[in-house]
Formats: sequence, C-alpha cells, structure tokens
Amino acid sequence: MTQDELKALQVAKSVDARGTACPGPLLEAKKALGTIEEGEIMEILSADEGTKVDIPKWCAKQGHDYLGTVEENGYYKIYMRKN
Amino acid sequence: MQEELEQKIDTLAKEVESLQKKLKAIQNSRKDQLSIACVSGDMDKILATMIISLAAAAMDTKVKIFFSFWALSALRDPKKNPKGKDLISRMFGFMLPKSKNNLKLSKMNMCGMGPVMIKYLMKRHNVLSLDDMFRSAAELGVEIIVCEMSMGLMGFKREEMIDYPHLTYAGAATFVTDAGESTAQLFV
Repeated sequence: MTQDELKALQVAKSVDARGTACPGPLLEAKKALGTIEEGEIMEILSADEGTKVDIPKWCAKQGHDYLGTVEENGYYKIYMRKN
Repeated sequence: MQEELEQKIDTLAKEVESLQKKLKAIQNSRKDQLSIACVSGDMDKILATMIISLAAAAMDTKVKIFFSFWALSALRDPKKNPKGKDLISRMFGFMLPKSKNNLKLSKMNMCGMGPVMIKYLMKRHNVLSLDDMFRSAAELGVEIIVCEMSMGLMGFKREEMIDYPHLTYAGAATFVTDAGESTAQLFV
C-alpha cells in the first residue's frame, strides 16, 4: 500500500502507545486487538523504532495482515488488519 | 534395467515415508512455547528475562520461566517476614536483595548508584518498571516455576515469595520437560 492509501484507511481502533517503550506497544496492541472484529483495521501509534519491525513479525506469526507504516513527526503509525 | 529402477523407486518411497513419520513426531512434540532458565539475580538479567517473556506472551507464545539460584532474590516480597529460620538461612536472607527493586547491576553497580541511574533512565525512556512487568506477565499468563532445591539451599521460605497468580514450585526435571516441548529455550 502507498502512504496515501494507508492514510485514507478506515480505522476501527487507534492505539496510542507513544508513552511506552519496547515491549509496551506490542502489549497494548495485543490488548486492543481483542476489542475489534475480524477484517477490521487497527492503527498503532508508537515512538519506539523497534515496534515498526516487531509488529509485522507479530502479524506474520498470528496470521494478521500487516498493511504498512506511515512515518509522522517523531512517531510511527503502523496499520494492520485482524484476521 | 526396469527392475533396478523399480527397486530404487521402492526404497525411495520407503525413505520418504519414514521421513514423513519423523517430521510428524517432531511437529507434535514441539509447542509454541518459550522456556527460560533464569539463574541470575542481577537487575539487568531479570529485566532482559521479563522483557523477552512479555514480548513472547504478547505474541501468544506460552512462556514458562524457571527461577533458580540467585534469581530467587527477584521473587522475594520485602513486606513478608518468615519466621523459624536457622542462622545460615537468616544470613543468606540478610545478605541477598530482598526484592526485585533492590537488585544489583552485573556491571557498573557502583555501590548502588548504577541501579538508581538505570531506574531513572528507564522512567525517562518510558520502559516499564519491574513491578509493572511482573503485573503484565501475570495478566498474560506467564508461568513462574520456582526451583525447590535452590529454595532449600538458600533458606528461603515459600511465605516470603511474592503473590503471583501463576507461581508453582518444582524441580529441574520440570524445566527439562518444559524445555523439550518448547520451540525456544533460553538460559539467563
């Protein structure tokens, strides 16, 4: 997906994990994942560099779709679809 | 010629069959599980153990941590005072850190200045404290298995251990069995 496509996504849940370092964002993402339905999209905000590498690995392991990452000023927006 | 070929195909088919059986046995024996043997009581090693455990648990990997030897200090509850210890046990209890918040660093401890600095830096960098990590681990179902033998050796009593929902006591064979079933094993 291109950056513009990612930004235009309809997000079911946005998790702001900018206040935590590794593995905080992953823990918060896991918690939030339980609140959305299959096929819905979740966005994770993280200021931690490692998270943008960790989330795709988590998605691959659990069978979710990793959609892409948008770099904002000082943090990342990571998009995934629950399966 | 034809016979020879058929024979070769036959042996190959048998080999494939036996390999498939072996593969199935391996797949069935390994679980999506991480086993950690943690024997170090240094703050940095306990931190690493907990961070790796939390990351694994967040990815729905079952985590079992086997606490032994110096690592037992991290499981002591400073508010609890067990009675009826002999002299050596009391000495051990006095000399070793009384909780996960009093652990030393394996490097740059500097008479306790090091841990204070690390805790300050962890707070500034939004890293969870050890207390928070144990709380999250409990929520995620991370299992703690305490080495019964080390408990006796160091004179620790069950009454002085932290209240943790998934804490059990066992021997080395439990770790060996758990580790054998796990896809990943670590020694800290």
